[in-house]
Amino acid sequence: MERSPAARLLLRLTTAAILLFIYLPIVLIVVYAFNTNRVPTWPPAGFTLEWFGRAAQSSEIRASLSLSIQAAIGATLVALVLGTLAAFAVHRFSFFGRETVSFLVILPIALPGIVTGIALATAFKTIGVQFGLLTIVVAHATFCVVTVYNNAIARLRRTSRSLEEASMDLGADTWQTLRHVTFPSLRTALLAGGLLAFALSFDEIIVTLLVAGPQQTLPIWIFNNYLRPNQAPVVNVVALLAIALSVIPVYLASRISSEAAGVPR
Amino acid sequence: MAVEPVTSLSGRMPDQAPESLRRPVSAQAAETAVRLEAVRKVFGETEAVAGIDLEIADGEFFSMLGPSGSGKTTTLRMIAGFERPTSGRILLHGRDVTGVPPFDRDVNTVFQDYALFPHMNVSENVGYGLMVRRVDRAERDRRVTEALRMVRLAGFGRRKPSQLSGGQRQRVALARALVNRPRVLLLDEPLGALDLKLREEMQIELKVIQQQVGITFIYVTHDQEEALTMSDRLAVFSEGRIEQVGSPADVYERPTTPFVAGFVGTSNLLRGDVARAVIGSEGTFTVRPEKIRMTDPDTAAGDDELFAMGEIRDVIYLGSDTRYVVALDAGGELVVTQQNLETSSMEVLEARGRAVRLAWKRRHVLALEGGPSAGEEEARRNP
Repeated sequence: MERSPAARLLLRLTTAAILLFIYLPIVLIVVYAFNTNRVPTWPPAGFTLEWFGRAAQSSEIRASLSLSIQAAIGATLVALVLGTLAAFAVHRFSFFGRETVSFLVILPIALPGIVTGIALATAFKTIGVQFGLLTIVVAHATFCVVTVYNNAIARLRRTSRSLEEASMDLGADTWQTLRHVTFPSLRTALLAGGLLAFALSFDEIIVTLLVAGPQQTLPIWIFNNYLRPNQAPVVNVVALLAIALSVIPVYLASRISSEAAGVPR
Repeated sequence: MAVEPVTSLSGRMPDQAPESLRRPVSAQAAETAVRLEAVRKVFGETEAVAGIDLEIADGEFFSMLGPSGSGKTTTLRMIAGFERPTSGRILLHGRDVTGVPPFDRDVNTVFQDYALFPHMNVSENVGYGLMVRRVDRAERDRRVTEALRMVRLAGFGRRKPSQLSGGQRQRVALARALVNRPRVLLLDEPLGALDLKLREEMQIELKVIQQQVGITFIYVTHDQEEALTMSDRLAVFSEGRIEQVGSPADVYERPTTPFVAGFVGTSNLLRGDVARAVIGSEGTFTVRPEKIRMTDPDTAAGDDELFAMGEIRDVIYLGSDTRYVVALDAGGELVVTQQNLETSSMEVLEARGRAVRLAWKRRHVLALEGGPSAGEEEARRNP
């Protein structure tokens, strides 16, 4: 569509304004992470890597980072297994209440985190599970399953059933068909779904606060420390780390998805 | 409607089929490749296949022709092993395979949507059957190369299916099936997605390849012209049953039921009062449109000819031929095709409304088994 120069300029300005509105605060955090001044002031007083060193030396930060990564990996693995199985079940078999099951699998992502958190915390207390890594993994898995499930079922629906028939027709038994045809056609969908699940788990705080017990994940550590004045620059450094660990998986996932869909980059 | 004898294609045969793809000529040429005994298939409340018996000879090009929902694809899928018959038996070369899974049957299928594995390149696709059967690498490569050469895709091995045109994908699917040297090849409307010109080319190519490799082809199609030009024999399906089995000439020239007369060619049925008035006897009869001579009303008919008077109601100009719909004075209508030997499009179109005499040889009248015609079936289903 041809647009007039004025319209084009307006469109560019609007886009720029929206992007600034979203990303300027984030840029600010990033800049302050390198600021020599302990209190956030503009313009930055000077450039330093001191806060990075402090963050690296803090055993508290290292522990919370490690917990966050373990929880995210655990939740992702659980989500991959359950999400794939659920997608297969809903796609392959017709059973009573299939649509309902499909809806119920997706629902947790829409449920308010605070509700999920309270519900799970209550449930864990009722059955007497000690709060810690395990409860975090289980809690995160409830909504991480959704990304895997959605990616897997979309791929299954797009993949023709005749591919598996062709494989069997050519002499492959059920197992060979799964290995050579079904799984490879799901692979990129699972990878993308898993990366999104990882990112989702990594920065989750509401549910985590309620089921983590005395443990601190990275977001909880940030939450507990950002109001302490002398911690402010270190918090910015940790935030930078959190950004990287969530943005990179999402970026990779979207690349994988568009590649699989054959969209030229 | 051209019923071209298939032997005329041999002049266009490219190279001989590679040795590895040809099956040894069997000692008894007329051995039965596929045998269906009272095969039925019910899906829920629907009877897709209502009990059919069929024998297909080794090396035959056999078509299953019928409208969608007539049970032809379900029958093919039962032969392939994707569906299990509700009752009845399926024998492949004498072996009962009714409950045998697809991967243990000596048949291969060319799917309507080709079903090429998108994550594999052309060579990997073609070599898939050999790979899962653990044929060693060197042998596999050799046979894949030969198969690709046969379908004129030598050098395409490294491409992905998404980089191929529809016709090329179709040929990859064919190579992927043939490379396994199946005893029977099943083809499920394989040309349905191609445009007309490509489809005609592929019809010829398929027929040539079938003659080269000498294996049984079972070909599902709803295109009567395709079935007539390619097949040695064909079965006409309707509502889960086989209406007629025979050679193309048989089925076209001597349809036994109104459905076959209507589905293969134009129905041109004469029945009831009209039959009594025109033919002079009770029953349902058909005359093929090209067997009818259309003349001025006062031209005398030949001695062995039947005739009917009528008025041209509609003219469809088809280039080489013209199709006239003639309303008979006795009631009903007949379709007549005439070659445009000396007439131009202007002249034929002016013929609308003209009174004519239709005449045809007595031997071109075929008596059909009773029952409603295809048209009436249609009308009953969609009132």
